[in-house]
Amino acid sequence: MVIGGLATLVPAVAGLLVWMDPLRRRGAGAETGFTRIAPLSALPSDGVPRKFTVLADRVDAWTKTPAAPVGAVYLRRTGERTVEALQTVCPHAGCFVDYRPEAKDFFCPCHNSTFTVDGAINDPKSPSPRPMDTLAVEVRGEEIWVRYQNFQAGQREKHAIS
Amino acid sequence: MKALLDWLDSRTGIRRLTHEALFENIPGGARWRYVWGSALTFCLLVQFITGGFLWMAYSPGALTAWESVYYIQNEMAGGWFLRGLHHFTAQVMVVLLVLHLMQVVIDGAYKAPREVNFWFGLGLLQLTLAMALTGYLLPWDQKGYWATKVATNIAAVTPFFGEQIQRLIVGGADYGNLTLTRFFALHAGFLPAGIVLLVVGHIALFRRHGITAKKPLRRPDASFWPDQVLMDAVASLAVLCTVVFLTLAFGGAELSAPADPSEPYPAARPEWYFLFLFQFLKYFPGHTEVWGAIVIPAVAMLILAAMPVIGRWQLGHRFNLAFLAAIGVGAVLLTLQARRQDLADPAYLAAKAQAERDAHRVAELARAAGGIPVTGAVTLLREDPLTQGPRLFAQNCASCHRYGGHDGLGNPVPEPASAPDLKDFGSRAWLAGLLDPAKVDGPVYYGGTKFKEGKMAKFVKQKVAKYDDAKRTGLQKVIAAVSAEAQLPLQSAEDQRDAAILEEGRSLLRSDFSCTDCHAFRKPDEDATAPDLTGWGSREWIMGIISDPAHDRFYGKRNDRMPAFLATGQLDARSIGLLADWLRGDWYRAELADAR
Repeated sequence: MVIGGLATLVPAVAGLLVWMDPLRRRGAGAETGFTRIAPLSALPSDGVPRKFTVLADRVDAWTKTPAAPVGAVYLRRTGERTVEALQTVCPHAGCFVDYRPEAKDFFCPCHNSTFTVDGAINDPKSPSPRPMDTLAVEVRGEEIWVRYQNFQAGQREKHAIS
Repeated sequence: MKALLDWLDSRTGIRRLTHEALFENIPGGARWRYVWGSALTFCLLVQFITGGFLWMAYSPGALTAWESVYYIQNEMAGGWFLRGLHHFTAQVMVVLLVLHLMQVVIDGAYKAPREVNFWFGLGLLQLTLAMALTGYLLPWDQKGYWATKVATNIAAVTPFFGEQIQRLIVGGADYGNLTLTRFFALHAGFLPAGIVLLVVGHIALFRRHGITAKKPLRRPDASFWPDQVLMDAVASLAVLCTVVFLTLAFGGAELSAPADPSEPYPAARPEWYFLFLFQFLKYFPGHTEVWGAIVIPAVAMLILAAMPVIGRWQLGHRFNLAFLAAIGVGAVLLTLQARRQDLADPAYLAAKAQAERDAHRVAELARAAGGIPVTGAVTLLREDPLTQGPRLFAQNCASCHRYGGHDGLGNPVPEPASAPDLKDFGSRAWLAGLLDPAKVDGPVYYGGTKFKEGKMAKFVKQKVAKYDDAKRTGLQKVIAAVSAEAQLPLQSAEDQRDAAILEEGRSLLRSDFSCTDCHAFRKPDEDATAPDLTGWGSREWIMGIISDPAHDRFYGKRNDRMPAFLATGQLDARSIGLLADWLRGDWYRAELADAR
């Protein structure tokens, strides 16, 4: 019994170790660098957010795709040379948040969370546990650079996972 | 034959086994209410057979999963039917599981000495739902991708280890190759193995304790064979008929567009039997989600598991019945509400219709190319003007322009248009409208622009309005000539046929109609004040005007509000090219290809 149990343990532990490998890796987008998103002139001066696709090298386990669409950001002008960047992924359960121009708000089509134009929670009944995630932005010359990251969904604290 | 059977029996004891299996005593005789377990076992058999054969053509991988399922579905003979059987049997299984559970609880079959068997059954319920959840992702289509993303994010709200659990399920922080290989290993390996073990235990324990007969017994005891076997066979046949009917009625299982993390999918919904959980979550604001997603469902499962213990009390059985009924009614109401909300939501319906168009389109493109490029099917849609054009138009152009009165995607735009409607731009019909005195300053053309009072509108309203018949005929030729500059693929047959008319039109526009007073045509003209008609409406011309409308070749200083999309970086050259192709109707058309 004991011998049999020990004997089975070896393959089981070997398997589990490999299976748990993802725990010790950071996400594919873990390089903390900034990505060029768009020229500053692409943002309207009235502060309406615009969505931009983020192109970066995407490493998916064993495949690498250069300059692949890895996600998207909402960029919004908050001043002459200042920009705010919001992650498009809903902090609730990870759906893609839409901007609704007529209502001037963000709306998640999955569980109906709504956010104001600066990403704050709009409605106390919103299922989202926190505001939309802001991303670090730099205006370099005439270009907007964003540090694109993903954050853990479903938690009150904003916590980067990649 | 008998000698052979004797030999086999002496080596295996098969006769006793068969006898035991077939002559199990059923108190009160065979009844229809006992068929659920056998019907479920039959479903399991169907799933193992169909799943095994699907496996022979399926390739788990971010660049091969959708592609291989597409191949099964659309290219392999009978593939759609095989996949349909697998898909709809899974749906029927969920229904049968609920019926089986209801029958067991109502008949009190969970009570001593059958507690352990009841728990085996609950384990099987969980494993089957896990099969449904893992199977939903495997086609790696938009539907499965986004629904699973939501499901695994919900796993992350588990207290303490949520994030680690999610990471282990997903195989990292991002969804990709490892998510598929893991889900597939669960779906085709670990979970079925668990199901087989539990089913063997479930049936063995069932045989050990015998059937829980529904009292009062209507008839004398009978053995399993032949009546109950017949009933079970009939039930299994009915299940099969239902599955085949559903497969034929729906034309097999759905395969939506390939998963694309950069392409939102607002119609993401779980399978219908999970809809009630999805709807339930909407009622948990902010950080209370863990209650709706984990705590309450877990407590409900625990109460279910505790039913044999609760059932010992006098009112326990009644409580169990009431509890099951409450969950059942609650689930049905939540499901109906989720459906009602979705069907009343135009944004959801539009997204659903768009998803169906994309799914149809990508299959069409894959077929046209005679195979899917190594970069995956998702690039077929990313490079397709018919798919990308309307999206780009809706996002970048539709705040001023319209396309056939809508935003390109088919959604109405509340504000009035402040720039021309670009549907059929470049065609003879579009140009004829522009040169129609009744239309030129209307909403479809210059009505919303500063050119409403401009030279062109004046020319049309004052001069063209007074044309006699001969002049009108000439105008038709000029229209044909200018429109031919666009080289629209859909107009190429007419342009070739009318070569002589075009030649005439080109000379008329320089002479009688004096278009070249303002426009340049076929040669540089420094005095030109209006857009160049050379190559008007061609791909290169449209890309040029989107890139920089204030260029001297187009509106120059007279440009009315239109941004320079390329210079300001609002669009890259590739997107502008896709927009131009779409506006010109230049995309792959299966119906034309078939006609050829």
